[in-house]
Amino acid sequence: MSTVVESPTSESSFYARKGIASWLLTTDHKRIGILYLASMMTFFLVGMTFGVFMRLEQLSMGPTIMKPTTYNALFTLHGVFMIFLFVIPGLSAVFGNFFLPIMIGAKDVAFPRLNLLSWYLFMSGAAVALSSLFTGNGPPDTGWSFYVPYSLRTGTNVTMAVFGVFLIGFSSIITGLNFITTMHRLRTKGMNWMRMPLFPWALYATAWVQVLATPILGITLLLVILERVFHLGIFDPSIGGDPILYQHLFWTYSHPAVYIMILPAMGAISEIIPTFAHRTIFGYKAIVISSMGIAAIGSLVWAHHMFTSGMSEVAIVVFSLLTFLVAIPSAIKVFNWVATLYKGSVELRSPMLFALAFIFLFSIGGLTGLFQGALAINVHVHDTYFIVGHFHYVMFGGTGFAFFAALHYWYPKMFGRMYNERAAIVAFVLIFIGFNLLYFTFLVLGLQGMPRRYYDHLPKFHTGHIWATIGSWIMVAGLLLMVINLVRGLFRKTSISANPWGGVTLEWTVPSPPPTENFDVLPVISEPAYTFNPVAKESA
Amino acid sequence: MSVPAEPQVAEHAGEHRDYVGAKLGMWIFVFTELILFGGLFVAYGMYRSMHPLEFHKASGELNIALGVTNTVVLLTSSLTMVLSVVAIRLQRKVQSMFFLACTMLLGAVFLVNKFFEWRAKFHHGIFPGSDHLMARPPGERLFFGLYFGMTGLHGLHVTIGVVVMSVMMVFLARDRIRHNDFIKLENTGLYWHLVDVIWIFLLPLFYLAA
Amino acid sequence: MSSNVQSHAESPHIVGYAAFIKVWIALVVLTGLLVGLSLTHRPNLALLGLLVITPTKASLVLFYFMHLKYESTALKYMVAAAIGVLIIFIGLTFSDYLFR
Repeated sequence: MSTVVESPTSESSFYARKGIASWLLTTDHKRIGILYLASMMTFFLVGMTFGVFMRLEQLSMGPTIMKPTTYNALFTLHGVFMIFLFVIPGLSAVFGNFFLPIMIGAKDVAFPRLNLLSWYLFMSGAAVALSSLFTGNGPPDTGWSFYVPYSLRTGTNVTMAVFGVFLIGFSSIITGLNFITTMHRLRTKGMNWMRMPLFPWALYATAWVQVLATPILGITLLLVILERVFHLGIFDPSIGGDPILYQHLFWTYSHPAVYIMILPAMGAISEIIPTFAHRTIFGYKAIVISSMGIAAIGSLVWAHHMFTSGMSEVAIVVFSLLTFLVAIPSAIKVFNWVATLYKGSVELRSPMLFALAFIFLFSIGGLTGLFQGALAINVHVHDTYFIVGHFHYVMFGGTGFAFFAALHYWYPKMFGRMYNERAAIVAFVLIFIGFNLLYFTFLVLGLQGMPRRYYDHLPKFHTGHIWATIGSWIMVAGLLLMVINLVRGLFRKTSISANPWGGVTLEWTVPSPPPTENFDVLPVISEPAYTFNPVAKESA
Repeated sequence: MSVPAEPQVAEHAGEHRDYVGAKLGMWIFVFTELILFGGLFVAYGMYRSMHPLEFHKASGELNIALGVTNTVVLLTSSLTMVLSVVAIRLQRKVQSMFFLACTMLLGAVFLVNKFFEWRAKFHHGIFPGSDHLMARPPGERLFFGLYFGMTGLHGLHVTIGVVVMSVMMVFLARDRIRHNDFIKLENTGLYWHLVDVIWIFLLPLFYLAA
Repeated sequence: MSSNVQSHAESPHIVGYAAFIKVWIALVVLTGLLVGLSLTHRPNLALLGLLVITPTKASLVLFYFMHLKYESTALKYMVAAAIGVLIIFIGLTFSDYLFR
């Protein structure tokens, strides 16, 4: 590495101060990361449960365990929980908060108190959105995209749910603001931009999208609330409003949002692959430029969600072309990761398994995205299960698997403990098999014509639905095993060295778990980010 | 015309202070506000392109004199705001507080004008969801929907600004803002100037479109 | 209590009252010009007002009142990026509305 002064072995890690107040009033970025982790995993499991029930309903034709209106509420909530409460905060909120300062050699983020505020905004938004389940006329049934005019007319509790999302958006904006300032101002001596590891770079690109795209969602949701409450009359077609304008404004945020989801995930993969291939990343500069490129071009493609909505022909051609362009930087990354494996000394530990699966699953997701960007295909597959399969491959197979990979990778550092590796591998295999059984079937069902957001299906789709539901059970079994394994690991009394995996970034030079101050003496950097010297790895 | 030198970031354990970082954070917040209003400008642009004549006609119903008065009020308040920052940097505390008070007063004048303007519209039956408005052509309804939405959101930001300034006034009085530590006041200024810039665009879009 | 303390050498230089008053005068004059142009009821002149005078006023506030003229190049690029993003959002949305 560089001239790092080893901090003296300290008895007290950042967990030392006890008591609930020391957690709820903390400004330590590491504790805030853990707060996000605990809350987000809870929301993930709740969202997963909504999904399980949806699949149970679809196991037989006709209404079985719920009314059609309940199904509508379930897919809305599944989307809202998974997207706004898990995937968008995602790796940024958990691993970005925990590791960004350490990886750039800083003691904390630029605005620690704002960081805590961002978590409280997140939790307040979640509470408000949750309350929509139990108040008024029940949870919204509009789909997570809240399309007008239905979202203006429906009697369900759209206003509460939308206001909750509005608050969560602020949380995202503040995190982005904090990370940008942190990276501009707090990199340690010698850590110039092109020596920064790729996870911080990914967070930087993401932060700009968070800051420049999320406000559009804010204003759009605010307008929906104003229209429902005060009849402002911007989107309502009976007043002359244009529902397509709502879609433009909604997707102008929500498409960049998927890059908020995937960029930090890609950043984590760029950390994990070199460590378990025991060699430097291939094409560091190309990955940096492609990260910024994805953020930039990804902000220009939003109307590919609207090809069949009634836009002008000029617009659909322009957006189709731009959509093809955004695939290029993503593909560059996939080539770089694979090239890193070449002539590497590959170790198939559990984080690496999730990371390799990411490359495979994200590629399928990305390719199916390209199909959808082609106008002739889009007419055929829009609003079918093909789309649902596509976005689960990228959001779940992509960001989800990267999140699990990062969780396993950084687990010993965050908790100073180790989980059971065999259980982790079994869980991984179950999740992988179940995932593909569920979502590949969706791709097939979609091409056959199964529409999305329908509580029932025609007989010709029945076999596919059965396979998919079985896949969901296998996957859920794997997910539960994974969670149980990770939680049990916290109670095993093993202590972990600073560098169990043989990583070369700064977080592996501090104790596991780190002390509150991260570093007693700030490191000085004199080498590029992924310099692997042939030294023996410490035993775990 | 010098480029500001970078203040040292404290390297010892404990909190660090960073003038440039605090200002950068505020600028990024300004960007988010720009995009927040930007969404409304998108809506305005599209609807005006769809209903040019009706926008033109509806704009004629707005009071240009009031709009221009409010513009001059805000421009002047921007001046007094920046003078307040200059004054404290020159260690003229009383002048700084005076200019800040002027800024707050002008902000309040703006809000009072807006109140009267809206009240006049309400008396004429022009408010969101009113029967009178529903009877009008769609372009005019959209114009007024955007008018209330955009000037309303802007007015909310003016109000928040005045409240924040009152807090800054207390800080000035208690020397928590000083000639060598004035970033809170400067950042308040950045926010206020953005509010001014938004209005600079609202004036021609709503009042001068006729 | 020694927050944000900067040595004299580190503080950005101070622009005096006079410069800001001049900027204010320019802003008021431009506002008058803008209103005058739109009162002529000639749409092309009014459009000129919107597309030229208004951004000029905003630039004066940005560069002088908000001190952007004296800030770092990095910050100037960021401001340009934010404004550019907004212009692109508006422009690409127009690709739909102008060609329906």
